[in-house]
Amino acid sequence: MTAEARSETPDALRLTHVTKIFGGVTALDDVALSVGAGEVHCLAGENGSGKSTLIKIVTGVYQPESGAGMQIFGQDYPQITPTQARMAGIAVIWQDLALFAEMTVAENIAFETLLGNRPRPMSYARLRADAQAALAQLDVGLDLDARLGSLPIAQRQIVAIARALVSDARLIFMDEPTASLTQSETDALLAVVRTLSARGVAVVFVSHRLAEVLEIASRVTVLRDGRLVGVYPTEGMTQSRLTELMTGASFAQGVMARDTASQPEVLRIDGLGRAGDYADISLTLRAGEVLGLTGLIGAGRTELCHTLFGMTRADRGTITLNGRELRMKSNRDAVAEGIAYVSEDRLALGLIQPQSIADNAVLAVLRKITGRAGLLSQQGKDDTVSHWITELAVKIGKPSDAVSTLSGGNQQRVVLAKWLATEPKVLILDCPTVGVDVGARAGIFRIVRTLAEKGLAILLVSDEVPEVYMNADRVLHMAGGHIVAEWDPRQTGLSDMEAAVYA
Amino acid sequence: MHSFLRAYPTESKLLVVLLVICTALSLASPDFLTLVNFTSLLNNNAVNVIWAVGLLVVLIAGGIDISFAVAASVVQYLCVYAFAGIGGGNWAFGFLFAGGFGLMLGLINAFLIHQFRIISIVVTISTFNAFFGLLMFFSSGRFLYNLPSWWSQRVILWEYQTASGTWAELILPVAVMASAMLATWVLIRRTTTGRQLYAFGDNPEGARRAGISIGLMQAIAFGWCGMMAGIGGLMQAHITKEVVPNALIGRELEVLAAVVLGGARLGGGRGSVLGCFLGVLLVAITQNGLNLLGVSPYAFKMVVGIIILLAISTSNLDPAKWFETRKEGRK
Amino acid sequence: MTALYRRAVAAFGPEVPGLLGFLALVLLVFGLAAPRFLTGANFGSVAFQLPELGLLTLAMLMPIISGGFNLAIIYTANMAGLTLAYVLNQYGGVDAGIWPFILGTVLALGVGALSGAVMGAVIAYIGAHPILVSLAMMIFLRGLGEFLTKGGDISGFPQWMAVLGHGTVWGIPVPLILFLACAVVWHIILNRTRHGFSVRMVGSNIRAAAYSGIHTKRTLVLIYTLSGVMCAVAGILMLSRFNSVRVGHGEALLLVTVLACFLGGVDPFGGFGRVLPVVIALIVLQILSSGLNLLGANQHLSTAVWGLFLVGVMILRWGAGRLSERKKRS
Repeated sequence: MTAEARSETPDALRLTHVTKIFGGVTALDDVALSVGAGEVHCLAGENGSGKSTLIKIVTGVYQPESGAGMQIFGQDYPQITPTQARMAGIAVIWQDLALFAEMTVAENIAFETLLGNRPRPMSYARLRADAQAALAQLDVGLDLDARLGSLPIAQRQIVAIARALVSDARLIFMDEPTASLTQSETDALLAVVRTLSARGVAVVFVSHRLAEVLEIASRVTVLRDGRLVGVYPTEGMTQSRLTELMTGASFAQGVMARDTASQPEVLRIDGLGRAGDYADISLTLRAGEVLGLTGLIGAGRTELCHTLFGMTRADRGTITLNGRELRMKSNRDAVAEGIAYVSEDRLALGLIQPQSIADNAVLAVLRKITGRAGLLSQQGKDDTVSHWITELAVKIGKPSDAVSTLSGGNQQRVVLAKWLATEPKVLILDCPTVGVDVGARAGIFRIVRTLAEKGLAILLVSDEVPEVYMNADRVLHMAGGHIVAEWDPRQTGLSDMEAAVYA
Repeated sequence: MHSFLRAYPTESKLLVVLLVICTALSLASPDFLTLVNFTSLLNNNAVNVIWAVGLLVVLIAGGIDISFAVAASVVQYLCVYAFAGIGGGNWAFGFLFAGGFGLMLGLINAFLIHQFRIISIVVTISTFNAFFGLLMFFSSGRFLYNLPSWWSQRVILWEYQTASGTWAELILPVAVMASAMLATWVLIRRTTTGRQLYAFGDNPEGARRAGISIGLMQAIAFGWCGMMAGIGGLMQAHITKEVVPNALIGRELEVLAAVVLGGARLGGGRGSVLGCFLGVLLVAITQNGLNLLGVSPYAFKMVVGIIILLAISTSNLDPAKWFETRKEGRK
Repeated sequence: MTALYRRAVAAFGPEVPGLLGFLALVLLVFGLAAPRFLTGANFGSVAFQLPELGLLTLAMLMPIISGGFNLAIIYTANMAGLTLAYVLNQYGGVDAGIWPFILGTVLALGVGALSGAVMGAVIAYIGAHPILVSLAMMIFLRGLGEFLTKGGDISGFPQWMAVLGHGTVWGIPVPLILFLACAVVWHIILNRTRHGFSVRMVGSNIRAAAYSGIHTKRTLVLIYTLSGVMCAVAGILMLSRFNSVRVGHGEALLLVTVLACFLGGVDPFGGFGRVLPVVIALIVLQILSSGLNLLGANQHLSTAVWGLFLVGVMILRWGAGRLSERKKRS
């Protein structure tokens, strides 16, 4: 629809029929994306919908399956390498930042100038000047000689943004650039994006914060489960409509929330605080309740979870489980007390990816399957594994297959199996649907609901506000290490919650 | 000063420790703080430093090389025959051949690592065995004494007779050591390629996404290490005036210990030439001091082992860090 | 039959058939090339040489599966041997009886365990890299050993101890029995105990293992302690085989043990590795060496062949990996 309008300047990017398969899993299925020169284009989709994979294909990090077409500024690229992509004028702010912890801020920002296979003499003065100029565009000051690894995550994010500005890129991908920024930093970034756009630089913007997406972009391409849902103008688009497109679910049909105030209290936290992470946290969690906890990255959600799971210690305050105050030295004590924690980082922390499904499933209950003479009982292991695979309907080949061969949803079920085998009283779910496709999410939440109905107390942590809105009985909003609001989904609407969280 | 402390925390710490040890030793032994003692310290450790800066580049790029000391022995033998083949040779040919043969052996490692995606410790343990076995087989364990005279004759660069009549002198390997340090410093600090080596060692996936050529990085790192191994071998034979096939085996681990003591990290991305030098020096001065204090030479190594153990125990490392960096290399 | 085969593969590892095939090939080639190869005498000598390397390889195996290394194995073995030698010499040397031997053995095992435990504690609680820690320990133990022995040999042990190094029971060499017994114990620990389970999990992903409630620090300490104990067993065997102890004895075997582990299918990144394939890999290495020996090549050529062999196996694995990747795509 913009093709006629900009007939003389070729589009910055035209992707057609892009498919990508990892192992047996289809990450992208016949996706198209076109971005006009100087356009701010939004790529929208939930976690795991294929946005980052698409960016990696455009930049030559992954090769697409055959049949894909790629045109950058009018030139065809049957295949592209990272270096070619850079030469073509593409720069990326990676979601995982892809920075170099041991190098200085200046080197990280002006990394572009260090590239090239032929050795060239280094000029640290130029390096610093380039870095300084990029930071000036963003209107922030950073210590150029600081080691990157010594910076907090928000400042690293700024470094990653500045890095994309150093090159004379004509097409910049920004994958969740604002995930850990404050409002004023975000505003500065959005101003830069507008300036870039005015200069004719195309920007592909990926963000969770739908309000800012609708504010900055002219069109939005929506992906769901690796498939293209459609391309829409942002004119007249609403947040709730966009959410529906992304999730494929309609939120009109009510929420799961029930009244659980009459249930017995299981977990109680009073005035919990830990310097630098969170402060003054008080909450109660009842049997059979799903308590939602949402907030931005860096709000202290995961840090709080780590303390509840015994992995860190609070400086002040108490944790009481079933009326008894807990003093946990490690997460082994937490497991023994009946607290289980599904980590937000399933790939690195939730499961031991190369090891088998069976081994992962019994990882937390080795003592229970130890038979006479201190030897592990194969029978006990088989029984545990088959019980939970049936119970949670995990789709697997053989229990001896590596857990990494499973899809995200089935992997998450294995994580649940591992913890449910410990017979917990409190289950903490930290972003349980990251990298789980939409169809499988519903399945995960059905399990969560069933567990709650059986009386398990569940703390559901997520940065996807719709997720807690839909599935929790009560929702707590955490920001800057504090709990700032409590909502009842039956009374507070999704858009109000989102507005508060992403403000 | 402050910026040095911040950019080189390990090196600064090492420098302080060295100063403390030196002060203590000069108080305890009158022979320690003398020109003769210091020049002989430099002469005796030049080869280790040459090897150390070569290994440093590999460690910065996130690899490890076990084979370089054995490669140095192989280069020594190849050189003896090559010089005989061209009718004697001279220092120019010496450096060319030794560096060239070493480079080739290093590139073999790089090729195996990059082409077949085998991790560097497996490759270099294999080539360690292959180089050593073949060398012992073809040389039948023979020592060679018939080195060309230019090679075996002591080259004194500077000498000075002290008041007590003994001579303080600096020999050729010290100059070569200084050149090797300078060249490595230029490579890793002053060229874009050197910074790419750091980046690659620090975050291989990030480097790959930025379009850094992984194969080139491996070739430069292991090639450089091989070249320094060869040149170190040339200098070693110059000092000992003979070539012994199994004389250098085992040195690889001592040099590795010194380099890591100097702040390089297994896993990549960190390390400096100064740190390497200080690491080698710390080990050397400790031994030298114990010797001057009349401690049994058999106790030296014991103390060195304790020092390294203490050094790694006191540096604040993140328990999970080395496991992480290993996994990243898996891609 | 196939079910039995599948169960055997599950218990002992998928590398076993390939390694056995390779063993058969080596036997065939050398059997044809060297007439004295397929004789009892030759296999007898292999059976006496294997255990020393074998025990040290077992000591290396557990750290490698956990994603680490133990470079101190040789000197730990030497120190343990030295401990036993001291006790024997204190109680009459050649006239020492069985009790000094038992006391010395216990102390030797204790020395091995202690050096391992120190390494494990530094690795677990400081978080230093195992290569560095064990390297420092290696340098320390070598220094300590040389300091105590002044670089010389210690000998003069009772005659009857030769049984341990050279004797046979029902025609089977005693060292081989000792090695096989240790291998069985190692197999049971790694496959059937909580510790063995934890070793593999720690090797694959130590943080995820810790998140799941595995006591990773204790696991690391135990890994290196057990490794040290196994070194001590090797040290005692070496003492009785050579009827002397010298610090540095067996030095050349250090990297061969690593080679044997990788050849036996142990994942260099940690997390995977089984005892039986490693034992077969050891037999292949030892038979290769004895075959080359009979053909007139010396020990050094075998060292070279071992190195080339490992590279070859890694390249084959790389090729097989690419092939299966391609198959999955189509």
